[in-house]
Amino acid sequence: MSVQTRVQQHRKQKVSRRADRLSPSGIRKFFDLLQGMEGVISLGVGEPDYATPWHIREAAIESIEKGQTMYTSNSGTPELRKELARHLKLQYGVDYDPVTEILITVGVSEALDLAMRAILDPGDEVILPDPSFVAYPSSVILAEGNPVSIPTYENTSFEISAADIESRLTRRTRAILIGYPSNPTGAVMSRQKLADIAELAADKGLTVLSDEIYARLTYGVEHTCFSSLPQMKEHTVLLGGFSKAYAMTGWRIGYAAAPAEIIAAMTKIHQYTMMCASTMGQVAALEALKGDQDCVREMVEDYNRRRLAIVKGLCNIGLSCFEPKGAFYAFPSIRRTGMTSEEFAERLLEEEKVAVVPGSAFGACGEGYVRCCYATSMSDIEEALRRIKRFVSKHRSG
Amino acid sequence: MLKDILKILENDARATPRQISDMTGLPQAEVNKLIKQAWQDHVILKYKAIVNWDKAENEHVFALIEVKLEPQKDVGFDSIAERIYRFPQARSVYLVSGTYDLLVLVVGKNNHEIANFVSQKLSHIDGVKATNTQFILKRYKEDGEVIEGAEEVKRQPVVL
Repeated sequence: MSVQTRVQQHRKQKVSRRADRLSPSGIRKFFDLLQGMEGVISLGVGEPDYATPWHIREAAIESIEKGQTMYTSNSGTPELRKELARHLKLQYGVDYDPVTEILITVGVSEALDLAMRAILDPGDEVILPDPSFVAYPSSVILAEGNPVSIPTYENTSFEISAADIESRLTRRTRAILIGYPSNPTGAVMSRQKLADIAELAADKGLTVLSDEIYARLTYGVEHTCFSSLPQMKEHTVLLGGFSKAYAMTGWRIGYAAAPAEIIAAMTKIHQYTMMCASTMGQVAALEALKGDQDCVREMVEDYNRRRLAIVKGLCNIGLSCFEPKGAFYAFPSIRRTGMTSEEFAERLLEEEKVAVVPGSAFGACGEGYVRCCYATSMSDIEEALRRIKRFVSKHRSG
Repeated sequence: MLKDILKILENDARATPRQISDMTGLPQAEVNKLIKQAWQDHVILKYKAIVNWDKAENEHVFALIEVKLEPQKDVGFDSIAERIYRFPQARSVYLVSGTYDLLVLVVGKNNHEIANFVSQKLSHIDGVKATNTQFILKRYKEDGEVIEGAEEVKRQPVVL
């Protein structure tokens, strides 16, 4: 192909190669299937079924009434950063300077994107677990890096091991992206496994991006904040947000806490692309941190009841289910039906009107599983289980 | 563990022992035992529905009555309160701090019935010094439940 035809071809294509390289979210496809269907019980969501606690909403309403409708500092309001630093210290024992080491973002999604763009050069590799959140590989690709997936398996609790990471290191490896408690598996990482990764990261000079958006939603286990591990603060970009713990998905407030150099780079990108996170959202987030934490405890207790019920229910149906110790997802194996996870999800939706997300949407290792979000009412969970049972027994015999 | 069970029942009195067992991980027999014990200990008093009477044909009138008491010789507030709460019309009775002593929630079929209760029964009780009746015009929230226009959580059925 001559240079000229290449140039012409390039002009014909209206979409950049970068955008073209992104695969559409496997979850999105289900959204289209669902349109116009009545009577669907959805276990396909990824957000709490609570509205934001009233005291938080009230604080935001009051701020709007008072006319607090202007931009905030690029980094986020000083009050929120200060309170967040206090919270991180109290909750995990990590010390972050609210002025130089914390950035308030538009959800943890923006924080993830900024972190990738701030640390990656084109061609840099980022190691991440498979299965994991659908946006992870894309966030690397958008920053012109290359995602390198490490398979994780149910028999090792979907944990990613330092040895597996080490075997995939190349001279281009720049960072490790982990997200525990995990979406979609609900897996958590033991402190020891995290410490092994910490040691490897320190040894090889790698940055660890730790997405801890589900940190507050753990059941019977204590969450370990990655940067709280010895000497890890300088190697960690801690990503978090308010969406899951405080049922604040629609407010879009997240944050990054990292060494000043990285936060400065992220802030530069943030100020040119986003300016600042929404002002009322930040007011609400401040109230979330300052207010009574009982609301979080109550929601977690309630998720836990539903977690126990759905895991037991799925196992009773014969879909063996790994015990999720965090987030609000169950990740049962559907292998015994002989279907692929996509086939299972599509047919379950068509035949029984229950929406689940195929595990394959989260990576090759998610094949053979489906993600069921149990942040929905107990009665819906029970009805969904009845329908899944009918579906599974029908297809087992047939 | 009993506390977990009580929380579930307080929110949904119809939760069955099997459901509670699923939600707590406790064996069903253990759930049954704890509930039975809670009944015996009067930890659980009753299983009731929260009814929006405005939507049912049955008309009900509610009133809050502030009652001032006069301390009687040898008779404490408790026994005066008992004289009041024995009446089925008294739905709730509280001893309160402030300018009056008892707060009584009364229910009747109509204003007349409540007026009768106040003038014929309540005011005649020894130790009742004064009453102040406030008819309830509208109930917005009952036992933690918004009566009408409770917010509905609307979510996208599937999200990223």
